[in-house]
Amino acid sequence: MSTLMNGATMLLECLVREGVDVMFGYPGGVTLPFYDALYEHHVRHVLVRHEQNAAFAAEGYARATGRTGVCCATSGPGATNLTTGLVDAMMDSIPMVAITGQVSSKLIGSDAFQEADTFGLTRPCTKHNFLVKKIEDLAQIVHEAFYIASSGRPGPVLVDVTKDVLTGQGHYQPVTSIHLPGYKVFTEGHTGQIRRAAQMIQEAHRPLVYAGGGIVAAGASAELRQLVELTDVPAVNTLMGLGTMPSGHPNFISMPGMHGSYAANLAMTGSDLLIALGVRFDDRVTGRLAAFAPHAKVIHVDIDPAEVGKIRTPEVPIVGDVKRVLGKLNKMIAENPAPADEARTAARRAWWKQIRGWKEEHPLQAVTSDTEIKPQHLMAEIDRVSQGNAIVCSDVGQHQMWAAQLVRFNEPRLWINSGGLGSMGFGLPAAVGAQFAHPGKLVFALVGDGGFQMSIPELGTIATHALPIKIIVMNNGYLGMVRQWQELFYNNRLSSVTLDCFPDAEKLAGAYGFKGKTVDKPWELADALAEAVREPGPYLLNVKVTPFECVYPMVPAGAGIQEMVLGPPQPVAVPSK
Amino acid sequence: MLQVISLLLENKPGALMRVTGLLSQRGYNIESLTVARTLDPALSRMTIVVDVEGALRPQVIKQMNRLINVLQATDLTESPAVVRELVLVRIRTPQESRTAVLKEAEIFGGRVVDSSTEGYAIEATGDPEKLNEFVDVMRSYGEIDVTRSGTLAIALENKKLRLQPPVPTRAGLELVTDPRP
Repeated sequence: MSTLMNGATMLLECLVREGVDVMFGYPGGVTLPFYDALYEHHVRHVLVRHEQNAAFAAEGYARATGRTGVCCATSGPGATNLTTGLVDAMMDSIPMVAITGQVSSKLIGSDAFQEADTFGLTRPCTKHNFLVKKIEDLAQIVHEAFYIASSGRPGPVLVDVTKDVLTGQGHYQPVTSIHLPGYKVFTEGHTGQIRRAAQMIQEAHRPLVYAGGGIVAAGASAELRQLVELTDVPAVNTLMGLGTMPSGHPNFISMPGMHGSYAANLAMTGSDLLIALGVRFDDRVTGRLAAFAPHAKVIHVDIDPAEVGKIRTPEVPIVGDVKRVLGKLNKMIAENPAPADEARTAARRAWWKQIRGWKEEHPLQAVTSDTEIKPQHLMAEIDRVSQGNAIVCSDVGQHQMWAAQLVRFNEPRLWINSGGLGSMGFGLPAAVGAQFAHPGKLVFALVGDGGFQMSIPELGTIATHALPIKIIVMNNGYLGMVRQWQELFYNNRLSSVTLDCFPDAEKLAGAYGFKGKTVDKPWELADALAEAVREPGPYLLNVKVTPFECVYPMVPAGAGIQEMVLGPPQPVAVPSK
Repeated sequence: MLQVISLLLENKPGALMRVTGLLSQRGYNIESLTVARTLDPALSRMTIVVDVEGALRPQVIKQMNRLINVLQATDLTESPAVVRELVLVRIRTPQESRTAVLKEAEIFGGRVVDSSTEGYAIEATGDPEKLNEFVDVMRSYGEIDVTRSGTLAIALENKKLRLQPPVPTRAGLELVTDPRP
């Protein structure tokens, strides 16, 4: 069956068939035919205020649901503005399809108005990209794009569609199969290696699970918990994996790495078997590589063969879908438990005792003050309101690290942040995407005063759709993380990090027609947050916190992760402006 | 060190860019690159010679295999393979050394493809290092212009090519255009 239609309608048809219910975008010259088709279509299009935020919102949607996020931009500047979001999705393996308009095929290469080589520009920003110059190819390519974005190691795929394809007439032939002979997706994992892993896990004296974003992508947190409970192995979650182990789980230690906890970093260093699941041994986790987990053998499970052995050569490499691999692994362990061994039981008991000792020695806890709001105090309050259940979309910087340390998450897909690329400006638009994905859920946009101002135009999108996002600005008047590095490593010479002139939150929110407030007294914080959450619509809460607070623990660049700085070196002089 | 990579890839726009982009984004310099259609016109065979640090070679192969247009990437640096290159040399040589040039060319298996009063155009194929010598010898007889094809390689052992079968889509359903009322 086929019906004659124009390319724009066909494109929409493809989106509908892929189950797209909402997309984020910004129209322009060459995408006019698409927006015309959209005019009388039920696919919801959210007009953002900048294309970069369309990509971030699509990411927020994808990160909150696991479904493929969709964004759309016009040719030239529209497409170039998407690129930060594409790379962001690439770094964190987020399924996303970006549709861009391109000038007519006859004009390509002629420096036409709003022409840019989107296909060339986005090649290194995407898992794969396409340029559609013939309407006959359109449907096949769009479906391939969704397949590639969501399968294997997920990632962003861009489809650049020329204007003549959008306006041309063609028959939609239902695409029943996709044939990508060179697209290798490894799912099962080598049974022999999984058996070896099962044995090693049971025999290890100081095993540790190191689980990351791959668990989120695979939807494998139940299997992860099962493994941990079956074997009583302690577990850490990377920044991208937070929530895959419920924060309150007795086996959960916390996050390792540059701003990881004392216990997590010492456990990594002391472990004799690292069970690495859906992680990529990122430099922010490992610190100086030579000092990273020096006593550990490594089991590395990842769906991407290029990740296994990229940074650390594992003793047991397993290329496969971590959900399936863990399913098999758990079954093997349950069916063939290792015979009791007194020495091992004693070693495990000692390992747990050591970890609990580290946790007690330097726990992650919120510092508070009677006179000023400490940033950690703010995180503790958000945590108290959330109880591990709210979606927290974070921006990038100090607040991100404090939140990762102090806010609990009972499930995956609640903690949404830009991990790999660390894109400032991510938090607010990501919250837009997350709130569209879960209209009934409590969504925090937890942002710094720097990142917030990068995405401030999205207040318009939030107001337009009356999205009940609770925007919490952790306002320290500085680009806090950069300031922290300048303080600690550049003799406190604070260069271009002062953010003067933050807008009055009440007036700013009011200008958009919703409520806002500024608090700076610690005793006001709980009530202010409660009021924000009670408000049925959006709310902007500007929280003025101690400006010169540093995130600790901190592993200095180039140090091993066991060489943590646990607190300020000496009292810091307040510099004159 | 120089790594010889053989790639089987889809003959599609942008496929070459993906492969070279992967190398250039890591700052690797491509020494030579050849690409042409295979028996199956939908596919191309590419041979790349690139300067990569030894320890990173497996990673480069993995990254190339990850490209969707690449069906197979193989490192031929240390595996049994025939490696050849074609060189075209145009030499301007005085009358008295014409015969000597011909003799030298013959030693390298070269073949004269054009002859004029000025000199010759000679083609030669062989191992790239052997061709370096050939070019050096020719240069000693007069002014030369050289064009080289870049390295071509073929593995002597058949490596199993694993292609992915087609997958059904969830989109192969009824037409569901549903305009807003």
